[in-house]
Amino acid sequence: MAFLRPAALCVALAAAFPAAAFAASDADLKQLRDQLRELRDTYQQRIDALEQRLAAAEARSASASTAAVEAGTTASEAIRSVAEVRATADSAARRPASASTFNPAVSLIIDSKLTRFQRDPSAYRIDGFIPSGGEIGPPRKGFSLGESELAFSANVDHLFRGNARFALAEDDGAGVVEVEEVNVETLALPSGLKMKAGRFLSGVGYLNQQHPHEWDFSDAPLAYKAFFGYRLQNDGVQLRWVAPTELFLELGAEAANGGKFPGAERNANGAGLWTAFAHLGGDIGESSAWQVGLSHVRANPRARGFEDGADHATGAALQHSFSGSSQTWIADFVYKWAPNGNSRERYLKVQGEYLQRRETGELSYNLDADGVAAASSAARFRQSGSYLQAVYQFMPHWRVGVRGDWLRSGTADLGGLDPAGLPILAGYNPTRQTAMVDWSPSEFSRLRLQLARDKSRNGEADNQVWLQYVMSLGAHGAHKF
Amino acid sequence: MFSKLILRLAAFLLIVAALPAAAAVNVFASVPEWAALAREIGGDKVNVFSATNALQDPHRIEARPSLIARARSSQLVVATGAELEIGWLPVVLRESGNAAIQPGQPGYFEAASVVRMLEVPARVDRADGDVHAGGNPHIQLDPRNVLKVADALAARLTLVDPAGAVVYKANLARFSEKWKAAMVRWEQAAAPLKGAPVWVQHRSFPYLADWLGLKELGALEPKAGVEPGSAHLAGILERQKATSAKMILRPAYTRPTASDWLGERARIPVVVLPFTVGGSAEATDLFALFDDTLRRLLAGLK
Repeated sequence: MAFLRPAALCVALAAAFPAAAFAASDADLKQLRDQLRELRDTYQQRIDALEQRLAAAEARSASASTAAVEAGTTASEAIRSVAEVRATADSAARRPASASTFNPAVSLIIDSKLTRFQRDPSAYRIDGFIPSGGEIGPPRKGFSLGESELAFSANVDHLFRGNARFALAEDDGAGVVEVEEVNVETLALPSGLKMKAGRFLSGVGYLNQQHPHEWDFSDAPLAYKAFFGYRLQNDGVQLRWVAPTELFLELGAEAANGGKFPGAERNANGAGLWTAFAHLGGDIGESSAWQVGLSHVRANPRARGFEDGADHATGAALQHSFSGSSQTWIADFVYKWAPNGNSRERYLKVQGEYLQRRETGELSYNLDADGVAAASSAARFRQSGSYLQAVYQFMPHWRVGVRGDWLRSGTADLGGLDPAGLPILAGYNPTRQTAMVDWSPSEFSRLRLQLARDKSRNGEADNQVWLQYVMSLGAHGAHKF
Repeated sequence: MFSKLILRLAAFLLIVAALPAAAAVNVFASVPEWAALAREIGGDKVNVFSATNALQDPHRIEARPSLIARARSSQLVVATGAELEIGWLPVVLRESGNAAIQPGQPGYFEAASVVRMLEVPARVDRADGDVHAGGNPHIQLDPRNVLKVADALAARLTLVDPAGAVVYKANLARFSEKWKAAMVRWEQAAAPLKGAPVWVQHRSFPYLADWLGLKELGALEPKAGVEPGSAHLAGILERQKATSAKMILRPAYTRPTASDWLGERARIPVVVLPFTVGGSAEATDLFALFDDTLRRLLAGLK
């Protein structure tokens, strides 16, 4: 076909200029022939070059298919392998060569709320309980920005994995960065052992290890607020062990500084707070899974301060402190059900925890500026709290949930102190009922409406409306059970 | 007194932990197809546990305590990789405290690492839905991939359990031979499917389409993992009028609503494929999975 082209061109030219051909002289004809020959030669050269390239390409592909046959694969696979090489080359080209390849996984959680409360959230307290000093109150009325969590994690090397999580918040108009978690955990301890050191959320209970963005409700259960200042965060070490059994059994223990409630700020060597916990879990058929746990927290706070009551003359809050031993037991369970274990469509999650705390020691009443108490006496407290909640996803992306909270201030034996001087310790059993509905268009976003009737404050029921969003950006690690 | 208790507890744990493991290799497979393959290659030298069943969405599994317990006593984890199990497997592995099965160790194997990935996204953005940066992870429905994974899995089992090398080699040889023969049979049977235009519910079948030459017109899901809305489905119905597909393919674990809606209006069959071993009553092993898949596809074509 290609060889015909110069000839066809001649014919076409001849056909196009018949008159010129007849009229032209011999010299003209010769010139024309020369030009045509030149043209044909040029084309011939190009064609030859193309033919050579074609032959070379054919030889290459033939050798490739020979190789393919030799390797015992089919020709289609040879083509595939060529494509594969190309894909590899592509991916190799795409691979970033810079040091940023080793950057830790970064995730950012943003959270914002619109709330409506009947009572002043800044005057929030849980009556019947020694204030835990944590951030336990609801956010301010109206629009508010929750804590933004910024988390980093990566394997440090073949032995350690590092995690860091910071909460960016605003406190009285000033931006504050709180270190929520900074720890390393071991990757290569033998026999199912794991160790964690640094600041971490204690493994006690069920909810304690979950970050606020994982909660099924906008705020923590009352029991956690009253007993741990909403969660037990430790500076210390944790050792955990998973049993090599079909039934999940995990045992763990922690030794920590105990500088926060139920411990107290301390200036001493060694640990001030110890925990031990056990979790047991398994499946019931394809559709259900369960986990139960029992945990113990023990601390020996020295001069754990709190405010209560006011001076008659100045109106300033009175300072008191407690020293002694504090022991908390937690029993927890969680049950999850999803048809065939496929939680995409529908699922049910029921969880509950019971916390009981005993504190014995000395209560010092009305400390002056030098820490000298106006009165002090031996005191004993035995208090408990629990919550029970159920969340049901009734169709993809939509969930409803209810939660009940109960606290029992129990028996407060103040010894020789006048109970009227410590109004917050007057016997009272706070309760709260919460209902929520949330919509999660993907695993990374959630919009929630929550209604609650909070009777944390004696005689001051607070009807609350919360509208909240929680969004996860960036690398988002898988959640625990 | 309390610290003494902790010390005693720690001593007890160490003693119990030092108890010898069972002789057979415990294999923890993330999905049923690799569990089936591990049984083919490992034979009676392995105890295989499948973390999921065919009716579960492998993207959305909870890191249940039972999975952590199984991972704890496993010597080999066989995962698909390409981020299919990213929502749960990393937690299961970390929580298990089993150093031998962490990523990077011989005890952690990813099937996607040995096959050519399709649909590798040019851009990775969550606005595009459940995007897998490594490419589409549903690699098991191309028997050529299964063969490659079988090769690599046998090598890995040998690495983890050198004592069983002879058995793994023999089992692999037997499996490969049988598999290649079956592939010839399947490819012959599937000839009418070549070029057949289809809709898919989720992008679950690119490897199947690649192998059989099916023409995927598009997915009902507007974005990976996002349920289609009625407007989107109406748009697909319009496109169906222009270029008519023969059938709609849906894996067994997905919601039937969207496929059924379109199938009814476009008057084309919705073919529910087993997708993995156990996804239908017939798909009892890997061979049966492909037999059943082809039977259903050919039935859908008629």
